[in-house]
Amino acid sequence: MGLYEELGGAAAVNAAVDIFYRKVLKDERISRFFKGVDMTQQAAKQKAFLTMAFGGPNSYTGLDMRKGHAHLVKQGLNDSHFDAVVEDLGATLKELKVPDHLIAKVAAVAETTRNDVLGR
Amino acid sequence: MPNSCRVGVCQSCLMRAVRGAIPGNAQTGMTPTMIARGLFLACQCFPTEDIEVALADEVIRRVEARVSAIERLSDDVRAVRLRPSTPIEYRSGQFLRLFKDARTSRNYSLASVPSLDEELMIHVRRFPGGLVSGWIFEHLEPGALVTISEAFGDCFYVPGNPDQNILLLGTGCGLAPLYGITRDALHFGHRGRVCLYHGSRETSGLYLSEGLREIAATHPNFQYRPCVSEGPSIDGISSGTPLDLALKEIPDLTGWRVYLCGNPQMVDAARVETFLAGAASSEIFADPFLPTGASSGAPTGAPSAPA
Repeated sequence: MGLYEELGGAAAVNAAVDIFYRKVLKDERISRFFKGVDMTQQAAKQKAFLTMAFGGPNSYTGLDMRKGHAHLVKQGLNDSHFDAVVEDLGATLKELKVPDHLIAKVAAVAETTRNDVLGR
Repeated sequence: MPNSCRVGVCQSCLMRAVRGAIPGNAQTGMTPTMIARGLFLACQCFPTEDIEVALADEVIRRVEARVSAIERLSDDVRAVRLRPSTPIEYRSGQFLRLFKDARTSRNYSLASVPSLDEELMIHVRRFPGGLVSGWIFEHLEPGALVTISEAFGDCFYVPGNPDQNILLLGTGCGLAPLYGITRDALHFGHRGRVCLYHGSRETSGLYLSEGLREIAATHPNFQYRPCVSEGPSIDGISSGTPLDLALKEIPDLTGWRVYLCGNPQMVDAARVETFLAGAASSEIFADPFLPTGASSGAPTGAPSAPA
């Protein structure tokens, strides 16, 4: 069974997306990057991101990641902010009672996007 | 067809079924109002029978309508009642396009309720220099024939969850859709709380107050809270913005459905604040009234322009 199935598939994504996005918006370390964004579009993006991080079907490419975050890199997006998002993701999964070894796997998938997100 | 993720997440391939049954998994992750409109994800749709489809954003029909009455709601707001030559299907809170001429039109939200009102009703606020609102205020008379579009938009009541609490926040003519949604919900026998906050700069901008107080008097689950952002609390009118007032009185919105209509800054702020207060993102419906130009040519889900 793959990671996505172990986590509970699309239902797990749906359960996690609001909790995760709320944590990110309330996180003072990164909330400024979300000022003025369209919340509806942003929620869809969070969902796509979670699907990817959960090991689910996705069509994300490194290029999408670079393009999508380039304007934020200009505003100073760096490793500390990336770490904050991964931390919020972990806290979300903990709240949903996901076992630690699966949380570690999700964090590892998210980690593969670091250089693309930060434009390196 | 525009498309992107092809796994049913990004919603860029949305289409609408005009006829026929949509397979359930083609509607996963959608809001209740999108499902009620028959929208589905083309990339996840493997039909088991014939279905007739249209582009989600298509405004198909235009119809002629007779202006049956124009009523004064406040100094700068008029209710315009319209009787279409052929009935149009709509839900309270959706909007239609009213044409001044072939090239000049504006969107107006529907304050009427299909099962209660014989005619369509829109609220028109006069804007300084407004091409369409100026024409309506100065030239339009009862009896005139005008062209309107079919109704569209995602901001409407969906029956089926009668015990859910509902919060409605509006400024100015954002009251029009909220007035329709409120009456629609109560007519359906909604049992959960229905809390309507209407804000304006000054008391002169508040309208339909009497009618709303009457509804509150006969429906214990309905609460009407008018408020002004400039000026003190007086005569049952609170001082403050609808958003601040609502969050003070209802700090926890977990499980609530939220409708937001009117000033785009208010709508944007309220979308975030009500979400942070616990409302699920799929339960927040918004209709920002963008200035004309910002919404020109914009498709469904596009906001009602006020001018």
